[in-house]
Amino acid sequence: MTNLTEDLRAEVAPGGTAGHERGLAERRSLRARRARTVNVVIYAVLVVLVAALLVPFLWMLSSSLKENNQVFTVPIQWIPEEFVWSNYSDIWTRIPMMGYLQNSLYLSVIITFLQVLTGSLAAYGFSKIRFPGRDVLFLGYIATIAVPWQAYMVPQYIMMQQLGLTNSFNALILLQAFGAFGVFLMRQYYMTIPDELCEAARIDGLSEYGIWARVILPLSKPALASLALLTFVNTWNDYMGPFIYLTSNRLWTVQLGLRSFVGQFDAEFAMIMTGSVISVVPILIIFLIGQRYFIQGIATSGMKG
Amino acid sequence: MATDTINPTPLRSQAPGTRRQGNRKQGNRKQARRNTLIGWTFILPNFLGFLAFTLIPVLAAFALAFMEWTSFSAPKWVGLANFERMLGSDSFWVALRNTLLYALGHVPLTLALALILAMLLNRKLKGIGFFRVAIFFPYITSLVAVAVVWNMLFSPDSGPINQFLQFVGVANPPGWTSSSDWAMPAVILTSVWRDMGYYMILYLAGLQAIPTELYEAAEVDGASAWQRFWNVTLPSLRPTTFFVVVMLTVSSFKVFDLIVVMTNGGPGRSTTVLSQLIYQEGIGEGKFGYSSAISLVLFLIVLTVTVLQFKLQQRRER
Repeated sequence: MTNLTEDLRAEVAPGGTAGHERGLAERRSLRARRARTVNVVIYAVLVVLVAALLVPFLWMLSSSLKENNQVFTVPIQWIPEEFVWSNYSDIWTRIPMMGYLQNSLYLSVIITFLQVLTGSLAAYGFSKIRFPGRDVLFLGYIATIAVPWQAYMVPQYIMMQQLGLTNSFNALILLQAFGAFGVFLMRQYYMTIPDELCEAARIDGLSEYGIWARVILPLSKPALASLALLTFVNTWNDYMGPFIYLTSNRLWTVQLGLRSFVGQFDAEFAMIMTGSVISVVPILIIFLIGQRYFIQGIATSGMKG
Repeated sequence: MATDTINPTPLRSQAPGTRRQGNRKQGNRKQARRNTLIGWTFILPNFLGFLAFTLIPVLAAFALAFMEWTSFSAPKWVGLANFERMLGSDSFWVALRNTLLYALGHVPLTLALALILAMLLNRKLKGIGFFRVAIFFPYITSLVAVAVVWNMLFSPDSGPINQFLQFVGVANPPGWTSSSDWAMPAVILTSVWRDMGYYMILYLAGLQAIPTELYEAAEVDGASAWQRFWNVTLPSLRPTTFFVVVMLTVSSFKVFDLIVVMTNGGPGRSTTVLSQLIYQEGIGEGKFGYSSAISLVLFLIVLTVTVLQFKLQQRRER
């Protein structure tokens, strides 16, 4: 977890803290003492702040291990009287949770794969090969990023209806796998790779596809990871896409399943919280593995899908 | 498919050794043609999908706004009729007002908290990474889970938030999502909690790009902490702030999922926003033309905000 600290610093401000002040020893020790006090105060503030921010998660976790009638007690019980672990085994039979998880995973993996593959190919075309019309085309890509999705979701829907693809995974895959954002993010990164590297590879007789595969891809691992993680998490968490396109229960993702569970059994608080925890855990794991790429992706591109 | 059929010939004809031979002009033209072909093969797999499922729908949205088209009738050009109907419709004005209210709450709150958090977290402390990760985490958690948990936290009777409010002496805590006055503030609070970690990262990146020499110089000049913040930090962060404000405003006007899952526009119409209206009219009721007219308004607002911010930024820099 500490690598988050170092990486961002290295990324954004190389040698940012290098400037040391040359002062009197006295002044320095006074300064150090003051800094220590400030640090203690800041720690305290941070601990309180983060605890407050994480309360919803703690409440979710704690409620998921309670009996239904224990969820809304006055005063709140943060640690369940008795841990009701059976919520976690019961939920699989109450709703087709396994099917939902599989659907979410299927969609997220395919969309991420296509997004990263086609995005990095296109980004190579847009950054390393010069040809007429290239920049105008790229401008078209950027311009559509600025158009809110809500503004064209209806034409998209009509199109999918005409193609007979509503109520199928294919609709979501086609709509989400070729995003302009992926191209933009990858191109931003490829622009920082010196053209001389490609030139040298060309002279060595490597084809453009060879350069993409053997020079650029290995160099752009952080960007690929950023894009892959952002896309995966976006797809996993997407609600409106599946909500619009997936009508039959068999195709539902975790988000749709959870939402409908809430609507159907709105008094089963504990079970609903159990479902929420299960829907968040995969993201938590992925996030903890790849958090520095998330941060880098956001810090360098400044935006998300 | 296109990739396989187009590329072999130009590639083979341009083996590295032959590149600089012969007439230079002819070589350049050949080179340009080769680049065009290869460039397109790289872009094509993405471009085809982008063209069909993003670019064409975007262009179609503009045309649809001027057509009468429902799921039961053939498309017919009607000029500005959709817009006239929209301006006369009560639900449009309610949704527009709600969207503006949401933005007015969401933008300044998120901005201020993101900046404060970034300032707090911009230092070398043991375990600082943990704090950053913890604050960022809500941003990537499932929206449905977030909405469900917050709805329960906001429960009017024995929900933790109202218990807390009663504990600190609020006799009649609000009904939150069950009250048409408090539903919007509840949604705003939830969204601020969710989004601030993301903007904090942007500010953190901005803060770390400020040269430490600037602070040292200010200190030598005897500037207080507040003066340093006001005269060094804030001006240096101007580009970041500009970016954050644009992103926040644009995302506020697009708010959709959170509202749908948390309140579904209710109670009454108290949290219905523009994107939801577009969805209801277009996909819910099949009024394609009419909903596209509302889309166009949403797009124009977003565009205006972006351009306006951009102009303001330019003037300030001059």
